[in-house]
Amino acid sequence: MWKYIGLRIVDAVPTVILVLSLVFVALRLLPGDPAQVVLGDNATAAQLELFRKQMGLDAPLWHQYLSFMYNVATLRFGRSLVNGVPIIQLLAVNLPYTIQLTIAATFIGVALGIPLGVVSARHRGEPLDDVARIFALLGYAVPDFYLGAIFLIYLSLDLGLFPINGTGSGLIDQMHHLVLPALTLGLVKAAFLSRLTRASLLEVLSKDYVRTARAKGAREGRVIYRHALRNALLPVVTGLGLSILATLSGSVAIELVFGRPGIGNMLIGAVETRDYPVVQAGIIVFALFVVLVNLAVDLLAIAVDPRIRVR
Amino acid sequence: MAITIASDEPEYARSPSLVATFSRRLLTDPVTLVAVLYLGLLCLVAIFAPLIAPNDPLAQSILQINLPPSRDHWLGTDQFGRDVLSRIIYGSRASLELGLISPLLAALGGSIIGMIGGYFGGIVDRVVGRLIDLLLSFPILLLGIIVAAALGPGFWNLVMALVLAFAPRFARIARASTLSIRNEPFVEAAVAAGVRHPTIIVRHILPNIAGSIAVLITLWISSAIQLEATLSFLGLGTEPPRPSWGNIIRDGLNNLFGSAWPIVSAGFAITLTVLAFNLLGDAVRDVLDPELKE
Repeated sequence: MWKYIGLRIVDAVPTVILVLSLVFVALRLLPGDPAQVVLGDNATAAQLELFRKQMGLDAPLWHQYLSFMYNVATLRFGRSLVNGVPIIQLLAVNLPYTIQLTIAATFIGVALGIPLGVVSARHRGEPLDDVARIFALLGYAVPDFYLGAIFLIYLSLDLGLFPINGTGSGLIDQMHHLVLPALTLGLVKAAFLSRLTRASLLEVLSKDYVRTARAKGAREGRVIYRHALRNALLPVVTGLGLSILATLSGSVAIELVFGRPGIGNMLIGAVETRDYPVVQAGIIVFALFVVLVNLAVDLLAIAVDPRIRVR
Repeated sequence: MAITIASDEPEYARSPSLVATFSRRLLTDPVTLVAVLYLGLLCLVAIFAPLIAPNDPLAQSILQINLPPSRDHWLGTDQFGRDVLSRIIYGSRASLELGLISPLLAALGGSIIGMIGGYFGGIVDRVVGRLIDLLLSFPILLLGIIVAAALGPGFWNLVMALVLAFAPRFARIARASTLSIRNEPFVEAAVAAGVRHPTIIVRHILPNIAGSIAVLITLWISSAIQLEATLSFLGLGTEPPRPSWGNIIRDGLNNLFGSAWPIVSAGFAITLTVLAFNLLGDAVRDVLDPELKE
């Protein structure tokens, strides 16, 4: 088992290099000149030249690539063009809020979605299952930022139940500020997880060992929670990785709706102010998140499914 | 090499009544029927927007800002005095254009890459396969945000972001299907007969994977519409003043104390349209390719 875990961690290294290379390609090779984008259409040739020199964009491509990788490895992200703040500080301020929101939303999604999936699998074809299906259909269709805006308008503005923006100070206040953003993302997530759980559980319930358990006279609750659920949860755990990452990407829009600081808000703000180094850092952080979450989920899958350890 | 005649021929035989099966599903399933009717109506609205919209979607009026719904403005006006209903009607154009164009282009690009990987195998396939796996570990929204943030807003940049976000999904299916038919006798026969590789891919591989790709296109339309809306909401997509359902909500949030109508109605339009395309996609998948069901 430890050997497998070690191998999996080592395997993440080339993935990180590949991901960073793709980010580099996306930033430097896609059409569109960063200097032109930052300085606008009215920039003179001399201004463009100066900007390229400052950003190291005039060096040969391989040189840019190596220094890009070196800077990321040593966490040298440079300074913001807008206010000169070191970007590493911006990240340190914003990252905790994004992680906080993603964890809270994932927790809500799991706490609502998995039980809902189990209930609708148990009551397959009954009205309860239909209600769960409609909830899921809506959850797939409604954009999370729209749901967030609706909550904001009716629960915060009209009823005054929740704060309108920011993150608050002190634990209770922070939680209070976190409720609506996390609930918005969590509800959408619950729709996805409930369908995944339902499909997976229904498949497991048709297996021979479930029939055996029933033939022995085990009660339905015991069959589900003792025999079926653990096996049914494996696809849910692997699905959880993509689900956490989807929540993370959803947090970008949600941070904007609720005026919360975070990596998404930082990235979008930087695109607006054409703060190229900050955009670059934001993209890198998101890309590295993908690798990390996938690694974590793979390790979690080992805990849920002992068969993986043997391989 | 002897040319063997495939014994399992019926497997490749096209079912003759795809249209019939689909129409039967439409008639027996009222939910799908309603979805299709709604989408038909939406397409007409988008095409004939100038005739249907009561006002110019860009016309501002300082005397008529943040009005509630009335007989002149069914959905009220926004902070610039623009008619919300007209903006929603014109906004359907951005959603449908992007929603239809980007899955098509992604299907084109993704299939070519997937077929090349699956067909030639070896190191080419290892590179393609690894790249697809890696990109598939990114949620679509995140890929879209990353590309759009790197490129900046604008119509073609938005198309590019959507295409790059969806292409790996098509490449995966194209590659897997190509791998499974690469060693079929009819492909080997073509190779033995000296047919050039590009010709084999176009004449023998493509027709066999076209069905699954077509299903996939319908399945991704709703995601494309959602992604367009999200990116426009983030200010990375359709650029103001051109209305899109996403940037109407963006404008609405900057005017929270003014009027909630732009947000409520634009979001409702997105939800309804995505829901309808999801239902249509499910129906198409069930009819054309039951195996794709996950």
